Amino acid sequence: MYGFEAMTFNIHGGYLEAIVRGHRSGLLTAADYNNLCQCETLDDIKMHLTATEYGPYLQNEPSPLHTTTIVEKCTLKLVDEYKHMLCQATEPMSTFLEYITYGHMIDNVVLIVTGTLHERDVQELLEKCHPLGMFDSIATLAVAQNMRELYRLVLVDTPLAPYFSECITSEDLDDMNIEIMRNTLYKAYLEDFYQFCQKLGGATAEIMSDLLAFEADRRAVNITINSIGTELTRDDRRKLYSSFGLLYPYGHEELAVCEDIDQVRGVMEKYPPYQPIFSKLSYGESQMLDKAFYEEEVKRLCLSFEQQFHYGVFFAYMRLKEQEIRNLMWISECVAQNQKSRVHDSVVFIF
Amino acid sequence: MELLKNLPEMDLMRSEKMTFVQLIIPVESAHRAVSYLGELGLLQFRDLNDDKSPFQRTFVNQVKRCAEMSRKLRFFKDQIHKAGLQSSALPTLQPDVDLEALETQLAEHEHELIEMNANSEKLQQTYNELLEFKIVLQKAGVFLVSGKSYDTAEGTELDDNVYPSDYPESASLLEQATQSGPPNSSGLRFISGIIPKSKILLFERMLFRATRGNLLFNQAPADELIMDPVSSEMVEKTVFVVFFSGEQAKTKILKICEAFGANCYPVPEDLTKQTQITQEVLSRLSELETTLDVGIRHRNAALHSIGFHLTLWMNMVKREKAVFDTLNMLNFDVTKKCLVGEGWCPIFAKPKIQEALQRATFDSNSQVGIIFHVMDAVESPPTYFRTNAFTNAYQEIVDAYGVAKYQEANPAVYTVITFPFLFAVMFGDWGHGICLLIGALILIAREGKLSSQKLGSFMEMLFGGRYVLLLMSLFSIYCGLIYNEFFSVPYHIFGDSAYKCRDDSCSDAYTVGLIKYRDAYPFGVDPSWRGSRSELPFLNSLKMKMSILFGVAQMNLGIMLSYFNSIFFNNSLDIRYQFVPQMIFLNSLFGYLSLLIIIKWCTGSQADLYHVMIYMFLSPFDDLGENELFWGQRPLQILLLLSALVAVPWMLFPKPFILRKLHTERFQGRAYGILRSSEIDTDSDPGSPRQHEEEFNFSEVFVHQMIHSIEFVLGSVSNTASYLRLWALSLAHSELSTVFYEKVLLLAWGYNNILIRMVGLAVFAFATAFILLMMETLSAFLHALRLHWVEFQNKFYGGDGYKFKPFSFAAIADDED
Repeated sequence: MYGFEAMTFNIHGGYLEAIVRGHRSGLLTAADYNNLCQCETLDDIKMHLTATEYGPYLQNEPSPLHTTTIVEKCTLKLVDEYKHMLCQATEPMSTFLEYITYGHMIDNVVLIVTGTLHERDVQELLEKCHPLGMFDSIATLAVAQNMRELYRLVLVDTPLAPYFSECITSEDLDDMNIEIMRNTLYKAYLEDFYQFCQKLGGATAEIMSDLLAFEADRRAVNITINSIGTELTRDDRRKLYSSFGLLYPYGHEELAVCEDIDQVRGVMEKYPPYQPIFSKLSYGESQMLDKAFYEEEVKRLCLSFEQQFHYGVFFAYMRLKEQEIRNLMWISECVAQNQKSRVHDSVVFIF
Repeated sequence: MELLKNLPEMDLMRSEKMTFVQLIIPVESAHRAVSYLGELGLLQFRDLNDDKSPFQRTFVNQVKRCAEMSRKLRFFKDQIHKAGLQSSALPTLQPDVDLEALETQLAEHEHELIEMNANSEKLQQTYNELLEFKIVLQKAGVFLVSGKSYDTAEGTELDDNVYPSDYPESASLLEQATQSGPPNSSGLRFISGIIPKSKILLFERMLFRATRGNLLFNQAPADELIMDPVSSEMVEKTVFVVFFSGEQAKTKILKICEAFGANCYPVPEDLTKQTQITQEVLSRLSELETTLDVGIRHRNAALHSIGFHLTLWMNMVKREKAVFDTLNMLNFDVTKKCLVGEGWCPIFAKPKIQEALQRATFDSNSQVGIIFHVMDAVESPPTYFRTNAFTNAYQEIVDAYGVAKYQEANPAVYTVITFPFLFAVMFGDWGHGICLLIGALILIAREGKLSSQKLGSFMEMLFGGRYVLLLMSLFSIYCGLIYNEFFSVPYHIFGDSAYKCRDDSCSDAYTVGLIKYRDAYPFGVDPSWRGSRSELPFLNSLKMKMSILFGVAQMNLGIMLSYFNSIFFNNSLDIRYQFVPQMIFLNSLFGYLSLLIIIKWCTGSQADLYHVMIYMFLSPFDDLGENELFWGQRPLQILLLLSALVAVPWMLFPKPFILRKLHTERFQGRAYGILRSSEIDTDSDPGSPRQHEEEFNFSEVFVHQMIHSIEFVLGSVSNTASYLRLWALSLAHSELSTVFYEKVLLLAWGYNNILIRMVGLAVFAFATAFILLMMETLSAFLHALRLHWVEFQNKFYGGDGYKFKPFSFAAIADDED
């Protein structure tokens, strides 16, 4: 019922939308970041953060603080908020919220599989996993030797199972395979999420298709840049691009044949929304691309809060919060390693 | 006028006179001075470092240390709570430890506790493992025995299995187990272990998948709960034994066990060995148990000794933190030897503050005294009322609407009586009043006990308003006596009724009515009205007129207060062009109505007041006819109507024009001077408030005045009508209680059945308690609140001040708990 969300949305979604908007106003502001960037030690950061929404999570930490503790606690807050929202959600919002975590699930699967491949301790790996992407049998991933086993043993129980249909091979797992698997999974995930949002319709579909298209395009660019100079064939590369987004399909054709970063740039500059991102970069530079993309993403995510009665705000909030945690991690690292001059390199202000 | 001026000053009427002060404190006595001021609690510091973030301030390290200490204290509290001990709040006679000593002491305690915890945790883990091992031995033994008979029949070799374990404590056991049987590369083997019950299903499924169904899975619930070392909760666990074949399957199964957090223990297949190991495990278990007990006792003793001082320490740290937070608000002067602070204090407190500062100088052996002097301030001072337990609740009622402007007339003075009274007008029933009174008295009698303990939010509210409740109940008893209602039943308290039936049968009492045979009932409503034909018309007319009288009286009081405000602030303009026309307007219309009501009551006239009021506007020159109440009523009405008409432009036009005239006059004489000086001034000090003082915008002022006048004119009609809620609620209350009394209690009593009577009584009691005593009280309270906030206070109350928040240890101790 496009355009009529206002009539019925609040029956199920009103409370949670209010909650998520409340959470959003708790995000750190530019003034907070300015203060944080001036901190001398991690204790200063802690002191500043205890005055924000993070207070209850950090105040009981004993004093020699580590970056990991800060990040862990901040993530814990995000997870608590997410769990609270998920508890309160009804269909189809609960499914929507679950979709948000699948990305982390894929990352976790890849992390564990790669880790076991390099014979790391499973417990250690588990600690590194993002708590949002945890599922019951995640530790069992270490048992699997190849993808077929991986699927049959563990993943068949998870929501990721359908995404595996494209990448089940009996090949042994190696780094390259895993990376391809990650991207195939991610592609399938994004396409599925996109379909789901289209099915929901209304403002949700409108806003989410925009956000997901951006995500898909960014992944396409990243895949291209990362695969330059590897043995990945053009066809394989094209297979990893999601089948929607602004670049689909003609941009993908062009990206698939790119041989260096400047060619990518040439392709992307044909698309007006991406022009400003690339125009900021000097030729041959790909370091700052991530930050430029992040900034653009944050801008788009913030805009989604301008409209009411849609689920996009939940997605946007989770992403913004993750960006905030990345920022905090970067600032804390810079402070901890006395690299204050680089503190602004990777911080993306949210407002 | 003289009399008014000579009245003693009323504390609550105007807020305390405040003054802006500056303190210049030598660094060495700063801490002591601030803590003495905190004990005194009469100085509100202004933050002079507003632009600095918290960690750029001077005393940030001390604040951090305090935060660290309070973290440790929270840790102790948590530990004490976990150990199930009571942190006794004994006021120990320990002398004030100084902060440094406390810090080291706390660090020691924390270190000790953490070490003890680590030890006991290690022991606990070992204990858990042994316990699990014991359970596995017991349960798995059963499977193995039954499996063995089966096994020998099959002729397959059954090997017990061994695998490395991470736990060094059980190493000795493992070694024994290792010798028991070397692993075989073929044949059926088994793994036994224990796993939390919640995971068992998933575990089994995973095993099944991993081995493609080539396994035998046996499980049995453990009899004892096992403590989870992380969350220290008791968890149900299940023992399992998996039989399988093949080396590859073994590694897989072991990996899965590890992934699921299942602890595997070797069980020797040999029965004698089994019993031997069981014996050993049991003996080690009992050993460990005693060790654990000793450890816990030791820890509890340590916690107990900490618990003694915990509250004291917590208070101390809280105070220290507050002191440093306040010190952070001060500025260093140029020489860096003194701290400069600014703040507000009431004038009466100046000697006390000075005395405290002197004491601080003396106690800290400082060479230089603390300089304390009054300064000019730009912003308006905070509002501070000295209230006591009784007046506080009423002040809160007013503050909830808005904190009074500095030195503005405080409506709380009148609210103390008018609020409970208007409440009671709506809640008049002396039966219900007595119930409320009992409640209020209980709260007041247990005041000492209740104020010291923590209450729920609802009880807190009730307790805070106990004196409001007391007066409300007393007034409802009074109003109830006037309405003559006791749970809606009238009583002959003050003598006999003035009415009686026409004949003995009383058959026509409800149709024709009663006759009056003696003087009126001395106090309140005659009980004979109840149930009579004319009960409602009589009560309605009474309560409606009464409401209008109260309303007009209270609104007049409000306008009078605006007069006192103008006198106090020397604002003759407001008296002449606001107060006087407002008085005239309100009283020529509704004051006149009140007069008519009183005359009608006194004379018993039959005149129709609606008619009088309506035709006063429609045709003021017509003859009043039978509605004339007194001689000369018509000319008076014409006069009043005219004065009301005059009053409207009077309050609308003159004030803005006069303001404009004053403004232009002020600037005419010194136009040149201003031009020059203002240029210099704006250059030198653009932030000075005196610069933008005179931004006179005529249209704005005029529109403002227009809104004000229209609001008043319309308001005087609508506000008077609004007071009719007194009648409406009072009617609703009495009708509701009549319904419950007649339709529930009397109906049930009509049956000669004890059960029905009991049910009826119960329903009546619940309805009375919940609907009449709770919900009706609430609604009457809210309506009384509205009458005060809107109808009364909009006549005079600005309410745009801010509260005085002194730096005080007492307040800090309060708001944390």
